[in-house]
Amino acid sequence: MRLELLERLTAACRAKRAVCLVRFLESQEAALVVDGEVVIGGPLPEDVREAADRALRLDRSLTVETSRGRTFFEVFNPPLRLVIVGAVHIAQALAPMAAMTGYRVVVVDPRRAFASADRFPDVALSTDWPDEALTQLGLDRRTAVVTLTHDPKLDDPALDVALRSPAFYIAALGSSRTHAKRLERLRALGHDEAALARIHGPAGLDIGAVSPAEIALSILAEMTMVLRKGYSFRRPGREEACA
Amino acid sequence: MIGEEELLERAIAWRRSGRRVAIATVVSTWGSSPRPAGSHLVVDEEGHMLGSVSGGCIEGAVVKEAMEVMRGAPPKLLEFGVSDEQAWQVGLACGGRVQVWVEAVE
Repeated sequence: MRLELLERLTAACRAKRAVCLVRFLESQEAALVVDGEVVIGGPLPEDVREAADRALRLDRSLTVETSRGRTFFEVFNPPLRLVIVGAVHIAQALAPMAAMTGYRVVVVDPRRAFASADRFPDVALSTDWPDEALTQLGLDRRTAVVTLTHDPKLDDPALDVALRSPAFYIAALGSSRTHAKRLERLRALGHDEAALARIHGPAGLDIGAVSPAEIALSILAEMTMVLRKGYSFRRPGREEACA
Repeated sequence: MIGEEELLERAIAWRRSGRRVAIATVVSTWGSSPRPAGSHLVVDEEGHMLGSVSGGCIEGAVVKEAMEVMRGAPPKLLEFGVSDEQAWQVGLACGGRVQVWVEAVE
């Protein structure tokens, strides 16, 4: 393997890009795909590019037979993160569940009575205002944002920042009626319909969740589905919007 | 514990400092295997190792092949598993099978 390729690869990882190293095991050639663009070893046949996309989406390195023989797709995705806005009861369940699933979790709530270390042991907390906190965290395509406060003055600034980011999952807790009002406020902030369609609201898959832990589970399940499959069950016809 | 990206950064640093370096990568697994595809073992000419491609069962054999690759042999695809003749010498006690790609950093 060429040193130059290795350097491009690690630089792209540091920049939190989605990187796929493609190794053609038979010809011993290699290619590097960064954020969907072939930066070394291109052009690549369509089926090879598709296999690289698939490996990145599955977040799993794998060997498959392609038009260029046996090919190993080595995936380097940035770490998964979940930003929870609202240090509420559901967050107390969602934070450890998401951590167990492989997310680095940050809970944001400027209300210190909620965002306290005894309510959230071993969880990173931010008591900054949500828009400041989210801007500082730098939301990338491996980040999920879930708002749980029900309070427009906390949820809206967070959603405003999230919609301007490539975050892969954006969800807001609240009934359909609450959600319709929320969309109206965000529309007034200049977000178009395509942007608003990115918000999963009400948050979570409809599994009939009742308790805070069940609601956390429904949100984590939907987040996982969007991450792994690129769409959610919940809103038929909106699949593309979640990709 | 350092991640796979950090392992590759160490490989670059080793190479830049003038050492010969080879990288072994798990490219396929079958059944139970201790390390998933994409796991790396970085080896230098003196046999220093970073990372792993198994639970320690096959590293010795991989290092031996890595030495040859560093001396100019072409990249190799190695296979280890219980069905292999080598199994009881350099086998996987877990009963799995892995393929490891070994190549030098040039």
